[in-house]
Amino acid sequence: MDADALLEIEDLHVSFALRGGEVPVIRGIDLKVPRGKTVCLVGESGCGKSVTAKAILRVLDRPGYIGSGHIRLAQPEGEPIDIAALGPNEQRLRKIRGGDIGLIHQEPMSFLSPLYSIGNQIVEALRLHRRLSKREATGEAVEMLRQVGMPEPERRFHRYTFELSGGQRQRAMIAMALVTRPRLLIADEPTTALDVTTQATILDLLQRLQRERQMTMLFITHDLGVVAEIADEVAVMYLGQIVEQGPVRAVLERPKHPYTQGLLASMPRLDGSFKAPLQAIRGTVPSPADRPGGCAFHPRCDRAKAGICDQREPPLFNLADGQRTACHAYGPEAVAFAETAGAPAIVAPGPLTTVADDRDQRPLLEVKGLSKRFPITSGFLSRKVGEVRAVSDVDFDIRVGETLGLVGESGCGKSTLGQTLVGLHRPDGGAVRFHPADGAPVAVETAGRAARRRLRTEMRMVFQDPSGSLNPRLTVREIIGEVLEINASLSRTEIDRRVEELLVQVGLRPEYAARYPHAFSGGQRQRIAIARALASNPRLVIADEAVSALDVSVQTQIINLLKQLQRQFGLTYLFISHDLSVVANISDRVAVMYAGRIVELGDTEAIFLRPRHPYTEALLAAVPGQSRRMREMPPRLDGPPLPLESEGEGCSFATRCPYANRRCHTDRPELEARPGLQAVACHRAEELQLASPVAAAYRPIAPAER
Amino acid sequence: MAPSNIAPTAPPVWGRGKERGLGYESQWVLTWRKFCRHRLGVLGGVVVLLLYVTVLIPEFLAPVTLEAANTKYAYAPPQPISLGITDAHGWHFEPHVDAYKARVDYNSGKRLFTDDPDTPIDIGLFVHGEAYRLFGLIDTDIHLLGPVDSGQPFYVVGADRLGRDILSRTIYGTRVSMTIGLIGVALSLFFGILMGGISGYFGGTTDNIIQRLIEFVQSVPSIPLWIGLAAAIPPDVSPLDVYFLITVILSVLGWTGLARVVRGRFLAMRNEDFVKAARLDGASTLRIVFRHMLPSFLSHIIAVVSLAIPSMILAETALSYLGIGLRVPIVSWGVLLQEAQNVHTIANAPWLLLPGLAVVVAVLSLNFLGDGLRDAADPYSE
Repeated sequence: MDADALLEIEDLHVSFALRGGEVPVIRGIDLKVPRGKTVCLVGESGCGKSVTAKAILRVLDRPGYIGSGHIRLAQPEGEPIDIAALGPNEQRLRKIRGGDIGLIHQEPMSFLSPLYSIGNQIVEALRLHRRLSKREATGEAVEMLRQVGMPEPERRFHRYTFELSGGQRQRAMIAMALVTRPRLLIADEPTTALDVTTQATILDLLQRLQRERQMTMLFITHDLGVVAEIADEVAVMYLGQIVEQGPVRAVLERPKHPYTQGLLASMPRLDGSFKAPLQAIRGTVPSPADRPGGCAFHPRCDRAKAGICDQREPPLFNLADGQRTACHAYGPEAVAFAETAGAPAIVAPGPLTTVADDRDQRPLLEVKGLSKRFPITSGFLSRKVGEVRAVSDVDFDIRVGETLGLVGESGCGKSTLGQTLVGLHRPDGGAVRFHPADGAPVAVETAGRAARRRLRTEMRMVFQDPSGSLNPRLTVREIIGEVLEINASLSRTEIDRRVEELLVQVGLRPEYAARYPHAFSGGQRQRIAIARALASNPRLVIADEAVSALDVSVQTQIINLLKQLQRQFGLTYLFISHDLSVVANISDRVAVMYAGRIVELGDTEAIFLRPRHPYTEALLAAVPGQSRRMREMPPRLDGPPLPLESEGEGCSFATRCPYANRRCHTDRPELEARPGLQAVACHRAEELQLASPVAAAYRPIAPAER
Repeated sequence: MAPSNIAPTAPPVWGRGKERGLGYESQWVLTWRKFCRHRLGVLGGVVVLLLYVTVLIPEFLAPVTLEAANTKYAYAPPQPISLGITDAHGWHFEPHVDAYKARVDYNSGKRLFTDDPDTPIDIGLFVHGEAYRLFGLIDTDIHLLGPVDSGQPFYVVGADRLGRDILSRTIYGTRVSMTIGLIGVALSLFFGILMGGISGYFGGTTDNIIQRLIEFVQSVPSIPLWIGLAAAIPPDVSPLDVYFLITVILSVLGWTGLARVVRGRFLAMRNEDFVKAARLDGASTLRIVFRHMLPSFLSHIIAVVSLAIPSMILAETALSYLGIGLRVPIVSWGVLLQEAQNVHTIANAPWLLLPGLAVVVAVLSLNFLGDGLRDAADPYSE
């Protein structure tokens, strides 16, 4: 075993014994985790990265099992232990779990027990590995909570998980994993479910703890931005194999494997030109049971050579700088690939995106003073004791043919705003006016039955969760055709024909109309959802986190589909998302929401390059993968946002704003525009010089590249 | 056709299976497949099916008719069936039971029966016996199993105090016991879905009121309530009317469980995205409920119903056993068990408890069936 490796995985095979047969999920991976370093394991869903983490700790759920291979953990004295060879309930294994190797996890709610206080659980973890009295253990637990940055650790010690915010729960889980001082920490997507600002603080915390304790970290993620932020080395997985491995700079800046190149090309990023068209990887990830022969990636690879790539599986070839890649183009048969070698297609010239100057300025939807409140009731008779002000006093226009991005963190009210506009909620205040192609503008909140029916066909919504938004009991034809059946007087055959036409437009085969949603992958289901939204020829489509639940490569396909449909049918989009890079890529204008109000509104370039509101600045600074570029970072946001029930006077952001002065706490700022600059709701907008990490790396697209 | 960088050009690769096969199956087909893998559930289903066949043709399955009595054979013990006779020529196939030799024991005053191996009574399948009308229409006299010579005593499981065949009476009792469950559950189902649906869909105050009503009904002690209601039935009401009134009484308390389940499902489904999408499509409340929500929990309802029937059967058995439910001449398992109320009687003639065994078999198989259906109702859970 390598002297400076703490953990070494050698030729690991993991299979699932399913009813139809054995499905190999991990097919022979080799991974070395050097002492004191952070190794990131990157891949999309189904590639086997979580299975690897579970296999290391031997907590694979049935029907998974380790077929063969070695997982060697170096010991401070003596021989390394092969974890794969230990019995399932051996004492040594239990000592390793939690003692030598800690695990943190994506969903702290399901990881921490709701029956015990978090302090109790941390103490239990500690006492399982060391002989300590309860008082000593409590003391160490509180100290650990303090070190992970939990405010008021002595009080929080007694709290239960459901009483904490998302970021605090994650800190509690980190405390529980680290209190036993493990030598290796495995982090399985710990920040995926968190807001970007919370994610930034958790990543900072993990890096700090790692430095202080000389801990080794194996970090599993699908987000290449996070990899850029914290990794020393990175390994890219595809269908149960490592396809590329090496120091992080080398792999991210000079990727060799076509899959890595494809991932990097398809990711929307805030460095470089964020409006450049995205190049999606062809096809979708097959299920492990239908693995293609030869190189698993070859059906989706532009450089695949028949006779080589479909016949033989490439092993990992060693390249310079410690980089290794499993691609025949770098092995002994490289000469066959000579004409395409060294020409990765990163940003190919794509179709034109709308140029800013000749955009339509006419409004399609005018929103003035929109408010939506939800009552909080308590007691037997459901007395109203408070209100959640989900949306307060929102003013903006959506212009014909544009894409307006709506960003904000969870709980800011953006989804409620979208749902109110489309008609799922009745607004409590304000006016919404819709301008149809022909006829007079319609006041949405006072519309009569016929007008509402018309609006329903003109404004449509695409939901976030592809599994939950399609009724599992109906066929695709029934789902897409529902709006036509109810609102249009078309015959059965006409509706069928329209459904098939829509399926082709979103990139699916017309035969799929007779299938049920359970037969489709996430990306395909989202295409069906888009077809449903387009069925009635709407003018406005509200996409409520429409790509957030999808894998990176599928996300890019859907983003490109949305752009193409917009050009083809002259659609207008309201694109709601928390993912800033996606919003930057797809939107013409952006609105930033905080605590139910719009705090900044303007052109995409202006918002991302020259933010005027402190919250926007903090959001941009929190996007991972940029810290290496900026020497001076704007301060991180600490703590959770103010709950929407307790709104006082003054700016809602004042309690967390690093620039707040006395006036900010007493006077609420209004959204105001200046000529040539974006609208912003901040008293100090004139005087503040805010920095954007995006601006440091920005490269505008030259006209030829459009 | 859309350009390649947005369209998935490869055919869908969802698991194994023929192109046409997987994905075109509806929820019902998937549910059925999953149910068939649950062996206990299938076994329970088969037994339940056999029981309901018995409901249709009890006269054919029973060796004798309901009231065929012969006091000569009061409390006669069961006659074991033998398949063959060994005599001077060896063993040959001749299914038979042994006749009784009766003798009165003057000390205890009881009649004692012993086997008389010299007098075999041949039995057979599809024999001629007493006449009856099949389905009330067809006159026939064929019985599935019985003595070849129809006058002979044939008590496979013994006789009761009037010399009536327990097996035949139990088979006849199946008709009432298994159907009273159905009618009661049907009524409970109707009220349960109605109240539960209203409660779950509208929420708010309506939900509050209905839930409190359900809790009130459930907190009333059920047996005293049933006794009270059953005692209120005048004794001169005809047995058939008593039958219907008992079912109504049983469903008065039975709908609350179903209502809660239905309400829970409605509440959960109201917030699903596909229901919101249906609202945005413009579907009316009625359309959403029947087209979008109902199919989703129909399988759960079926599972709950198959678990509610046993409780109805047990309730009816209990009431009739206590004498406040059904009465002779209507025969159910509970009524038959009235014969077995005396410990001495049971000690001497334990075969009187056969109807109890029938209840156990019916309830168990319905429970297994319900378990299987409930597990299969969610075909996505593995």
